[in-house]
Amino acid sequence: MYNFSFEKVSSVEEAVAAIQKAEDGKFVAGGQTMLPTMKHRLADPSDVIDLSGIESLVDIKVDDECVTIGAMVTHRSVASSPEVLRNIPALAKLAGNIGDPAVRNRGTIGGSIANNDPAADYPAAVIGLGATIKTNKREIFGDDFFTGMFETALEEDELITSISFPKTNVAAYMKFENPASRYAIVGVFLVKLTNSVRIGVTGATACAHRGRRLEEALNDNFSPAAIDPVELPVEEMNSDIHASAEYRAHLVKVMTKRAVEACN
Amino acid sequence: MAENGIGASVLRKEDNRFLTGKGNYTDDVNVLGQTHAYFIRSPHAHATIDRIDLSAASCSEGVVAVFTGDDLAADGIGPLICGVNVTSDDGEPHRAPLHPALAQGKVNYVGDHIAVVIAETLVQAKDAAEKVEIDYGVLPAIADTATAADAGQQQIHDVAPGNICYNWPFGDKSAVEETFETAHKISTLELVNNRMVTNPMEPRAALGDYNSGTEEITLHVTTQNPHVHRLVLSAFNQLAPEHKLRVIGPDVGGGFGVKIFVYAEELVVGWACRKVNRPVKWTSDRTEAFMADAHGRDHVAFAEMAMDEQGKFLAMRVNTTANLGAYLSTFSTMVPSYLYAFLLAGQYSTPLIYSEVKAVFTNTAPVDAARGAGRPEATYLLERLVDVCAEDIGLDPAEIRRRNFIPVDAFPYQTPVVQCYDSGDYPAALEKALSLANYDGFSERAKEAKTRGKRRGIGLSSYVEACGIAPSAAVGQLGAGVGLWESAQVRFNPTGNVQVFTGTHSHGQGHETTFAQLITEQLGVPHENIEVIHGDTAKTQFGMGTYGSRSLAVGGVAIAKACEKLIAKGKKIAAHALEAAEGDIEFMEGDFSVAGTDKSMNIAEVAFNAYVPHSYPEGLEPGFDENAFFDPLNFSFPAGTHVCEVEVDPETGEVEIVKYSAVDDFGKLINPMIVEGQVHGGIVHGVGQALLEGCQYDSDGQLITASYMDYAMPRADNVPSFDVDYAPTNPPDNPLGVKGCGEAGAIGAPPAVINAITNALGIKHIDMPATPENVWRAAQSMG
Repeated sequence: MYNFSFEKVSSVEEAVAAIQKAEDGKFVAGGQTMLPTMKHRLADPSDVIDLSGIESLVDIKVDDECVTIGAMVTHRSVASSPEVLRNIPALAKLAGNIGDPAVRNRGTIGGSIANNDPAADYPAAVIGLGATIKTNKREIFGDDFFTGMFETALEEDELITSISFPKTNVAAYMKFENPASRYAIVGVFLVKLTNSVRIGVTGATACAHRGRRLEEALNDNFSPAAIDPVELPVEEMNSDIHASAEYRAHLVKVMTKRAVEACN
Repeated sequence: MAENGIGASVLRKEDNRFLTGKGNYTDDVNVLGQTHAYFIRSPHAHATIDRIDLSAASCSEGVVAVFTGDDLAADGIGPLICGVNVTSDDGEPHRAPLHPALAQGKVNYVGDHIAVVIAETLVQAKDAAEKVEIDYGVLPAIADTATAADAGQQQIHDVAPGNICYNWPFGDKSAVEETFETAHKISTLELVNNRMVTNPMEPRAALGDYNSGTEEITLHVTTQNPHVHRLVLSAFNQLAPEHKLRVIGPDVGGGFGVKIFVYAEELVVGWACRKVNRPVKWTSDRTEAFMADAHGRDHVAFAEMAMDEQGKFLAMRVNTTANLGAYLSTFSTMVPSYLYAFLLAGQYSTPLIYSEVKAVFTNTAPVDAARGAGRPEATYLLERLVDVCAEDIGLDPAEIRRRNFIPVDAFPYQTPVVQCYDSGDYPAALEKALSLANYDGFSERAKEAKTRGKRRGIGLSSYVEACGIAPSAAVGQLGAGVGLWESAQVRFNPTGNVQVFTGTHSHGQGHETTFAQLITEQLGVPHENIEVIHGDTAKTQFGMGTYGSRSLAVGGVAIAKACEKLIAKGKKIAAHALEAAEGDIEFMEGDFSVAGTDKSMNIAEVAFNAYVPHSYPEGLEPGFDENAFFDPLNFSFPAGTHVCEVEVDPETGEVEIVKYSAVDDFGKLINPMIVEGQVHGGIVHGVGQALLEGCQYDSDGQLITASYMDYAMPRADNVPSFDVDYAPTNPPDNPLGVKGCGEAGAIGAPPAVINAITNALGIKHIDMPATPENVWRAAQSMG
């Protein structure tokens, strides 16, 4: 790890001010990706701005439409939150299977979404549920947030404050795990709405995306068999030592079918 | 049976310190004035080093020294050695390229050591390392085992034309050929034994501390064999004379073979602490462990079996290419030769076996022994081939094994490949394992699984291994540079408690408990009054260390022999004290007594008399402290049958092990709880190889599985609860009747798992690791 300046802030305003004056500053939330990266000397920020002292970012709130989760809420808190379990059980289940207990106790939803690892779980839920990401500057619709591998719509001095997930009881997340890292080789978050289906897919491509071809097939016929004829663009899929593009495309369909079964 | 003696599942003495954080591992040891070493390693698989500029690094903050291979050479240190000769088919010794501890002009794998920075802190050492400038002349690299010796390949070492270390044929080639020509059926199989990174929980570490007053170097190091380390570092690497070098292998967090060897880092740290006259510490990080620990396995092989109409094996022929990596690690040459080909008979009475092994160099990390070392490779090849034979001839896999087993009345059984098995009852273990696994009920279970969309398969593996390594004369004849006896000293203190010094080393095996049980059984001393001491060349007599499941089968016998000497001496002391003839003294459960009387004295009293010899037999030496060395008569031959049952999800290719049954013959069990733990660990190791672990280099020789993000280790949820039982036989060649158990699971499991998968899918073969994608593709191909 290289030397850096460390500042623990207690408000969103202080955080933004700190990063604006830093030469090459980074926010640290749970640090579950950033700290290992720094330890390996793969990142060399001049300033590390710790968000863990911002009390306003750790709330989970519920209104008639949405469950709103503060950016600094840990995976463990999401997994065990009665509000989340009651209103979006699939999201609680997703959070309860991220990493291991140590990661879940430290890692945060805001950190995960801002990092946008192509194999992270939360992005599938953000897209699948049609969530809205609230920042210190604006609101960004989930479909527009993830722009590329480890890239998001966030600006340099923009900080996620919370994520609002529309309530739903009829949703399922199906994840096929990398045997080594247990990240998602493919993860499919399916939400069954009154007249339609929304699907967020993670792991398969450069970043999480809407599974529109799958949605179309299911909008016509909400059954596993409807997925069989869907052709997915293999050339857009990730390929690595754990899964070829062809296998990933296949797994997206299998995970979607299983999500449909879970919602039926 | 004495309380806490042989056969008791005594809780482990060592767990009190391990489970409460009181273990003392190499990295826990800190010395006043300590500096930190960081190694600069090659980022290239194959390159010349055209220029090294240390000037900026040398004056970086906190730097004590920066050294390269030239500094080592100037002091006459090194190179690293390989201690076992294998004669190639041209009659010449195997080709042994120079293996400098720090590179001399050329690097041959990613992670190869180039220079070392020694600084006040590790961070300062790393900062300085980034300032070392190196110009490389990058050369084409070869990482692939199968093609390494092909014509036109990039040459790695001048001394090894064609990248060949040795060609080693063994067996009667023409007799095998003749049998193949007339055989009823020939089954063939081509397979890969996947390369593994061993991954003990504790990474390697070394701390060198030089005392300029005594001119002694103390080297704390993660080792399975402190005396062997000292011998090699002294006699071959010229680090220091043996009597001026103390090697301490304190608590060691897992070895699995990878800590047998003498590595560059240890030698450099030992040398540098004298050079800078400051203690120097190095601890591997996990990435370094992936790059520069010796790897295991990595064979490609073609095997053929000739059979008669009844499926009786008539002859076997095997052609193997084994990857030894870029340089020869300490015992590397013997692994794919003596430890592999001599196990190819397995449990079968195949009369003729011919094997050719081509050992090759590649631009990859050195490959050496890893849990089982050669025997897992032989067993996997044979047990997979046997299943192919069963399919080809139309027999059940259990039945073809029954027909070919060495009969119980044939022991001692001379195999056609050197080994002479002293005992075994292979049918007994098979039948017990089939019963434990409910083999007969399998088809019902498979039918039920089908209703859930799963394909269920069952696989057998009937393995035999040779451990209790090893008779010195035998290994000497084969080309080993050392003898493989073991030593023990059993010392009574005047107050009656006992210190046992063993030349073996415990790094997870529970010797402190098991060996104390031997003493309790033999001498009647309470278990809590016994301390087992190992791992420090200044405390214990010369010993050969722990590998090849040898500690009990060889080291345990040395302890027993030292105990016998104590009993013999004790009889003299007791006879004098009890005023009886020595011949009338009987020893039982800790008491020396006069036969037919109630006169007796406890061994603790005898020990006190020996140290306070006021009234003592004339001419008898005082003291109650005996040592013994034991050189085994033969290897020991643990064997057994493992049965694995899997469910394959054909949609995703996921394999779930739903049941695993193991019946092993380890001879007599000293501590059944510890043995069962070793079986569990071994099976998980084997399951890891079969389903998950696969070290991969790309075509440029870059290591692409260099962390746990990409290299899959087995975890608790990858395995079921195991059903373990035993079918022991009594090995006449071992005085304690024990065989060894540490490697068995890793040897037995891989073919059992793969045989279950091929059975589930109805396919001939699938290579390890049987990853979900590979299994899915296989399932697709069968439709």
